[in-house]
Amino acid sequence: MKPPPFTYHDPRSIEDAVGLLAEKDNAKLLAGGQSLMPMLNFRFVLPDDLIDLNLIDGLAGIREAGDALVFGGMTRQRDIEYSDLVAKRIPLMKEAILNVGHRQTRNRGTYGGSMSHLDPSAELPTVSMALDAIVTVQKKGGKRDIAMADFPMGYMMPSFELDEMVTDIRVPLWPEGHGYAFVEFARRHGDFAITSSAVLLDVDSGGKITRASVTVGGVGPSPLRVAAVETGLAGETGSVELFTKIAEKCREIDAMEDVYAPAWYRQHLAAVLTRRALAKAYSRAANGTEINLR
Amino acid sequence: MSDRRIISVSINGESYEREVETRLTLADFIRHEVLLTGTHVGCEHGVCGACTILLNGRTARSCLMLAVQANGQEITTVEGIAPNDDELHPLQQAFQDNHGLQCGFCTPGMLTTLIEFLDDNPDPTEQEVREAISGNLCRCTGYQGIVAAALDAAKRLQGATGA
Repeated sequence: MKPPPFTYHDPRSIEDAVGLLAEKDNAKLLAGGQSLMPMLNFRFVLPDDLIDLNLIDGLAGIREAGDALVFGGMTRQRDIEYSDLVAKRIPLMKEAILNVGHRQTRNRGTYGGSMSHLDPSAELPTVSMALDAIVTVQKKGGKRDIAMADFPMGYMMPSFELDEMVTDIRVPLWPEGHGYAFVEFARRHGDFAITSSAVLLDVDSGGKITRASVTVGGVGPSPLRVAAVETGLAGETGSVELFTKIAEKCREIDAMEDVYAPAWYRQHLAAVLTRRALAKAYSRAANGTEINLR
Repeated sequence: MSDRRIISVSINGESYEREVETRLTLADFIRHEVLLTGTHVGCEHGVCGACTILLNGRTARSCLMLAVQANGQEITTVEGIAPNDDELHPLQQAFQDNHGLQCGFCTPGMLTTLIEFLDDNPDPTEQEVREAISGNLCRCTGYQGIVAAALDAAKRLQGATGA
């Protein structure tokens, strides 16, 4: 239960960090360490070189950029939790972040680290998928943007190369007054969710849904958008009947099975949590109405 | 052969300079190098919360940090919470008065966690306290007394600041 031997590097710039990544064959980047450190302690990971990103200036912070908020890769989860800008402009993320681990881990854990680790039930990748975030990755000699739809390649496997690192996450904003909800089921508060559902809705003055984003976490190998639910909502007026019927589509998702829950249970949770999230989001939309499921 | 560095860490207001292996965790640095054994090590993978310390005033799990990462930083451990040798911190006193500890193994982590929490949220509900300590495991299952102590401490701390 002690980390294996490695050579430790603490670069002071992104250029130096990606230079080391290009040079070293078996290197790991250390961000907040809330997943990598346990994996080192368990010796699930045996890097020859550990590149600590914590002393790089300018890799953390939240800034407004037109119709988006841009998060530096090393932005701590706590800073997202306590950001007035996030609470006002991306209330979905604020609601989700309170489910990320515990205060002690949010103080250290980072947005970019969570995206790179890409646990299928992690909250930040799930809301990033719901919000169509764009991830900027950099390597020696260049950077590129990856749309969230193309970001997960498989279970805990982001699509960037081994010599690339996440520097920014750009999150496009939804209009003021949009409806949002993040709901999850975990065995204990702060545990990884068995299943979560993230919903965003635009509702017009007549109460009709003009745009919908529905994502489930913890069901597939990575967070999944549920197109069958999204298309079924377009142009409809929110109601208990609509949300109950349309959320049932989640039972058709190809779901994972593990020691915590069988596939059918994840499908069941996806349907129940999505129904609740739809009702909550529609009730919160400026042009929506209160939907009471009971 | 091993990768080593000289680091200087301030712990409870005192500066400690040591040469350490870079793979040494902060928890093991505090216990084995500085010999402050109040910080307990339970699971060594960030689940039990016993090794929680304050890093520049914010809680962190010291088993999930390397000692080299604390170079130049300010750390407070359970030994540094009380104002002096004769007096307990109001939270510690509330733990004693409310039967907030049994075997005491989780206590250092509970105290450091609750100090930050009560700073963030000076007037919490019982549910908020329970969520705040959800990352700290008490294997005596003595949560009732810990929650009572936290709520009592919130009142005492508010009284102390006149809020």
